Amino acid sequence: MKITTARRVAQIFFLTTFLWLAVVATVGTGWMQWRGWPISWFLQLDPLAAIGTTLATHSLLPGFGWALVTVALTILFGRVFCGFVCPFGAIHQFVGWLGRRALRPKDKMAANAYRPAQSVKYYLLIGFLAAAALSAGDAFVGSLQTGLLDPISFLHRSINLAVLPSADVAFERLFPGGRFAVGAALIGGLFVAFVLLNLWIPRFYCRFICPLGALLGVLARPSLWSIGKTTAKCNECALCDVDCEGACNPMGPIRGSECLMCMNCLDNCPNVSPLAYVARPSPGGEVVGHGVSRRGFVVAALSGLAAVPLSRVGGATGRAWSPALIRPPGSVAEDEFLARCVKCCECVRVCPTNVLQPAVMEHGWEALWTPVLNNRIGTSGCQLNCVACGYACPTGAIRPLTLDRKQGLGDFEKSGPVRIGLASVDRGRCLPWAMDRPCIVCQENCPVTPKAIYVSEIEQTVRDGVLQVVSVEGTTLGVRGARLAPGRFASGDYACRLAGEERGHPIVANTQDTLTLDPAQKMPDSVEPGTAAEVQVRLQRPVVDPSLCIGCGVCEHECPMSGLRAIRVTADNETRDPRHAVLLSEHPS
Amino acid sequence: MSPDAPFPPIGPEATRRAFLRRALKAGAAIAATGGLAAWLWDRHPPGTLGLRAPASALPDFRVSDAGRRMAIVTGTDRVRTLRRALEAMGGIGRFIKRGDRVIVKVNAAFAAPSVLCATTHPDVAAELVRLCLGAGAAKVLVTDNPINDPESCFALSGIAASVGAAGGALVLPRAADFADGSLPGGRLIRNWPMLLGPFRGVTKLIGAAPVKHHARAGASMTIKNWYGLLGGRRNQFHQDINGIIVELAQLVRPTFVVLDGTMSMLTNGPTGGSLADLKPTHTLVVSTDPVAADAFGATLLGRTFHDLPYLSRAAQLGCGTTDFGALQPARDDVS
Repeated sequence: MKITTARRVAQIFFLTTFLWLAVVATVGTGWMQWRGWPISWFLQLDPLAAIGTTLATHSLLPGFGWALVTVALTILFGRVFCGFVCPFGAIHQFVGWLGRRALRPKDKMAANAYRPAQSVKYYLLIGFLAAAALSAGDAFVGSLQTGLLDPISFLHRSINLAVLPSADVAFERLFPGGRFAVGAALIGGLFVAFVLLNLWIPRFYCRFICPLGALLGVLARPSLWSIGKTTAKCNECALCDVDCEGACNPMGPIRGSECLMCMNCLDNCPNVSPLAYVARPSPGGEVVGHGVSRRGFVVAALSGLAAVPLSRVGGATGRAWSPALIRPPGSVAEDEFLARCVKCCECVRVCPTNVLQPAVMEHGWEALWTPVLNNRIGTSGCQLNCVACGYACPTGAIRPLTLDRKQGLGDFEKSGPVRIGLASVDRGRCLPWAMDRPCIVCQENCPVTPKAIYVSEIEQTVRDGVLQVVSVEGTTLGVRGARLAPGRFASGDYACRLAGEERGHPIVANTQDTLTLDPAQKMPDSVEPGTAAEVQVRLQRPVVDPSLCIGCGVCEHECPMSGLRAIRVTADNETRDPRHAVLLSEHPS
Repeated sequence: MSPDAPFPPIGPEATRRAFLRRALKAGAAIAATGGLAAWLWDRHPPGTLGLRAPASALPDFRVSDAGRRMAIVTGTDRVRTLRRALEAMGGIGRFIKRGDRVIVKVNAAFAAPSVLCATTHPDVAAELVRLCLGAGAAKVLVTDNPINDPESCFALSGIAASVGAAGGALVLPRAADFADGSLPGGRLIRNWPMLLGPFRGVTKLIGAAPVKHHARAGASMTIKNWYGLLGGRRNQFHQDINGIIVELAQLVRPTFVVLDGTMSMLTNGPTGGSLADLKPTHTLVVSTDPVAADAFGATLLGRTFHDLPYLSRAAQLGCGTTDFGALQPARDDVS
């Protein structure tokens, strides 16, 4: 088998695997569901995610052992990850080939010439890693922003939040009831744009943008083997440049760090030629650098370093923290969260209710594409019996929880449940509080035991509800004082309190000038005409007990005030940051 | 082109024949445009929609010769009490015929395990599926539009697994399954999105609900269970909870209902969440009259139908009777 055939087989295998893991990332035990699939495996293979989180947090999670394999392979064999494994690279290569397959070799060669702009990716990498590495004691830790352009995060986001939900809109097979992602148009639009750029320059993203490719390019610098010549001279037919994916100039001197290990040059090279996969250094000559100038390095590093304090001065991780930034249960405190999250949105993908959403810019630019709860979207709030997101997160930004830990049961009774926020009633919008209409949907749906929402009951005289009795016939009172809407008070929620009586009589029917009272309740012996009769509504008004509320948002999701909800969750009182606590501790430590 | 250049000829030759041919094509194009417009013509343009009398969202699923019957069986094993109650009603064959397509409307509102009894017990759902299939039903669908995430609700409640094992088809509500439905003469259910998709071709409807306390309505039993057929911003109906339950009683005429009071949720309803909310009441009811079933269910909660205003109003409107004793319910014990 030709080496390029092997490369294609590997690319198809890994892209298919990636897509399969995207499809099955639905909580459940069905054959097309999560079961035990390692849905975040490609992120664990990703040395950029590993090095980024390690620089920012000074700890390397065990799952990133896979990244060591990638690192070792790259040091030994060059950027084989880019050529054989990377699923985003496979898409770029395929689209580039599709768009250019009919071109003349001369035009293909022109497109595959090395461009100085290929060093842009190294500057991006330097900036990202500098921002991640910056820490100033307890004042702040670094900001991990590699996920913005890390190809694995990028592809996870694009496929899971834009491509699959769009493809499924008409069928609802994968996502019954539909699937939503805030800002999906931006995520999907960038994906389409970068894929289409391959029609202009093949592997555009890989050559100019990809910070993971840049990292692997640096690691490949000392690689033991690479593409090269076996002799110093060849007949320089330049056929090797025709299909070169990395624009690395295989005819020599070759730029080893740009070589994507597509192996097309070996295929194109006439048999007489000396081009081969050889032990380095190649006699044909090599360009060892990355096109990064000292001045450029310093500027990129300083820019990355400066970006962190600049954004922190905005206050989003300090006193101006966003109360709307409700992180999923198990999330670490915000500054560490920003040092861990690689914006892959795997948590958003697996969330069974779709309440978990990618943040756009509303919580500061550092939080772009990190997970945040949006209780208006999706099928319900954060489910009491679900811990899926913590098991999808590859970087420990969301810690895996047991149900006992999440709910504060068993060994965790003393520490209590994990709270992600606190609900509060907007008494200016709540139907029973502000508009004298019964409701309490929030109280009913509160999943906490005992319920964190309780009701305060009141009998409230309705507007124009003060009437005078003019006649009595059995349990039907003729009244005057206001024209009543027929049937309006027959819903079971209204009562008529006669002057001098403690309790009202439930109203079972009304016309515009009569009230029929429940015969089951004894009427007074005589009701004089002129007696005052007040129509009252029995209201149950919801009140939140902050010591029980976990911030799950089911109440907010169910509130019938469909625009701005009358009960809303904010991140106040979240357990992940003691500085956000609201209540005094009730337990001695 | 210079101003005095000759006008370019339309065809090779401006003959009569060529003109006729072009005229024919022009005529065909105009006819095609007209035909397309006629095909797409909106005979109910916006503005007249509200004037159409809304048709009933659901047909009447009652079996005409079954009459109003009820069976009350005590015992702890739901499969046995259900089987015994249906035998006492004259057997499942009285209700389900060969070739019937049946919907079992369960209460799967919450993503909670079945032990908390906030949802229809999986044993009840599965046994209904088995009985219907045994009676020759062509297909038995089990569905609900739950409050929590649907997939989680059916999975955690155990309904998905038990129904699947029994040979029933679980229907998760999709956006495309909702269509506007109305109760003729109704005040609340008017062109309201309802879970009607699964009802295509369905000939029988069975409701299966647990006995639960409900903070707003007092109790949630067989009639309140139909709430799960509503979509949209249905929570608005809590402003008039008795009104909406009465309209559901009018709209939904099931083949029969099963009220499972093996364990009754006395407090913290309708979610519950703790075993402390439950009381063993060891009773299961099957009834062709949901009002009677709920009136009996109220007694399991230590109340009477007087405490649930929707029952009297539904009875007044001819949906059933609150005097369940008048149905002379068959009673038995299989504990």
